[in-house]
Amino acid sequence: MTTAIEFRDVTKCYGNVRAVDGVRLQIEAGEFFAMLGPSGSGKTTCLRLIAGFEAPDSGQILLDDNAVTALPPYERDVNTVFQDYALFPHMTVLENVAYGLRVRKVSRAEQQRRALEMLALVKLDAMAPRRPHQLSGGQRQRVSLARALINQPRVLLLDEPLGALDLKLREEMQIELKNLQRRLGITFVFVTHDQGEALSMADRIAVFDRGRIEQLDTPRGLYTRPNTAFVAKFVGGANVIEGALAQRLAGGASHDAPAFAVRAENILLGDVRNSAATDVMRCEGTIVDVQYHGAASRYQVRLSSGELLTAAAPDSIHQAHWRVDSAVSLSWSRDAVMPLQAAAASNST
Amino acid sequence: MRFERRPSTDGNGQPVRSSNAAARPSLFIRVAAFAGLAFMHLPVLVIVLYAFTTDDRTYAFPPPGLTLHWFDVAFARSDIWAAMRLSLRVAALATLCSIILGSLTALAMSRSRFRAKESITFLLILPLALPGIVTGIALLTAIKFASIDPGFWTIVAGHTTFCIVIVYNNVVARLRRLPPSWIEASMDLGADGWQTFRYIVLPQMATALLAGGMLAFALSFDEIIVTLFTAGHERTLPIWFFNELFRPRDRPVTNVVAVVVMVVTFIPILLAYSLTRSADERN
Ligand SMILES: Nc1ncnc2c1ncn2[C@@H]1O[C@H](COP(=O)(O)OP(=O)(O)O)[C@@H](O)[C@H]1O
Ligand SMILES: [Mg+2]
Repeated sequence: MTTAIEFRDVTKCYGNVRAVDGVRLQIEAGEFFAMLGPSGSGKTTCLRLIAGFEAPDSGQILLDDNAVTALPPYERDVNTVFQDYALFPHMTVLENVAYGLRVRKVSRAEQQRRALEMLALVKLDAMAPRRPHQLSGGQRQRVSLARALINQPRVLLLDEPLGALDLKLREEMQIELKNLQRRLGITFVFVTHDQGEALSMADRIAVFDRGRIEQLDTPRGLYTRPNTAFVAKFVGGANVIEGALAQRLAGGASHDAPAFAVRAENILLGDVRNSAATDVMRCEGTIVDVQYHGAASRYQVRLSSGELLTAAAPDSIHQAHWRVDSAVSLSWSRDAVMPLQAAAASNST
Repeated sequence: MRFERRPSTDGNGQPVRSSNAAARPSLFIRVAAFAGLAFMHLPVLVIVLYAFTTDDRTYAFPPPGLTLHWFDVAFARSDIWAAMRLSLRVAALATLCSIILGSLTALAMSRSRFRAKESITFLLILPLALPGIVTGIALLTAIKFASIDPGFWTIVAGHTTFCIVIVYNNVVARLRRLPPSWIEASMDLGADGWQTFRYIVLPQMATALLAGGMLAFALSFDEIIVTLFTAGHERTLPIWFFNELFRPRDRPVTNVVAVVVMVVTFIPILLAYSLTRSADERN
């Protein structure tokens, strides 16, 4: 595999905000790569650095092993699908899609032919003569996809491309985008704050927090082996147990784990008097909230030591007396424990 | 006076649209509104009416009779034609200069961010707010100081000072509404700076440019105060009017010329208005 994009200790500041803080990463050619993180964590800035709309304060960006840090956007073999689509309102759909060819002085007939081809690829050839404002949100999204793909870039950058669509359309587009990427073999860099979207679509995910990469891993790796408390909470909303409680639960275990995480679905809810087996961690508390989700319910439990944990149980094992204010015990197998690094995590690759 | 000719978009570039309230205004408000309109526009109608009167000295009402005679008289007078030609040439040239300078300034100001931006913006708008008499004296002093003979070019320069502002205001309001992502998308697709300007920015500001230019033209065409200070011996149409007021003969001729001027300035203003409005609706 070859490296399509490389960040070498890239930092970008706005005033005294470090939007991107010493990021080091490599994206393989043909990969579906997701940048995941809460709002303001620096994902968009990373994309803009790749596209060339921003220049890093320090560090280097390489595309196909060539430094592009000093190249303007129009000299980079990269195209972008913008969050607001950024379609040109004074051009028809066809002209929008053909724009990338027009500025490269491709003949009119060729422009027309290839633009129609791209529109057919996103199933919008019938809309060619329309104006962008005559299209629905989902259709605009596809036009902007077709426009970005017409120059056959090596890399396609997508900034929260599905954020403005409703749930059903979003799920359809997730599948369609994934298929398209597989068919074209283009490297996709996909920015999202939706962990479900990242987990279901990406080959690898970089989790961002405050301009740094907290963890870079496959979706399964992130979910089953989160490195830090932040990742454990952000991806899948795991319970993070630290400090005195972690010490007590770990007991005289082999290593003194400073912190660990447990997923809600791995926590077994039980009545207090149940005794426990030895390979199980166990604590007690009071239910403060029950959320019914159909197939499963989520119980928020306040421990006597003050921590709040969430347990998820399938509806089949729900007990009528598990209500707010009832005392319950929580237990989980030691296999379900995911050890975490201490707070200040280093960038992993 | 000059402020009343400002373009139809407000400072934020938002189209001013009346809400379509179901409630009709009360009778009193409606009568008051019509009275206000009549107060503003009846004098104009009077001017038009007396362009056709058979009485050449007084403004007796009603006019004793109606005639097209004064149009013949006006069209035969070479001094009117000369003044008209001069005014048209000045307005055309001042408009051209202000379109070029005003839009370049707007592009520069909307692209850059620097500390003195606020003060520079203020300096740019100032000529519009400054009383014409101050501009006039300032220009005259400058002309004398540089020992230039006042004439055609000094009038053009004087008019350009405030026409630039009109174009600048129009264009800057439009550029402010131009999403930066459009420019980025264009560059992303391979267009360099010039292509992006040509294919994206220019089409987006074209109507604003045209509207600003038309308003500038109308403004220059009937400007008198600054002109008086910068004209030297040249006589633009407004100066011709001014002189004609002191001559009692052939009075309806001035009315005829006034009607022509009204038409000449009104058409571009109406066009500018409809252009900015349709562009606002499209976006
Ligand atoms: N043009 C800018 N000017 C100033 N601050 C900015 C700018 N762009 C981004 N930032 C700041 O940089 C940080 C990262 O922003 P961004 O990359 O947009 O995050 P994300 O896309 O993950 O939501 C935020 O704190 C944001 O406020
Ligand atoms: Mg963002």
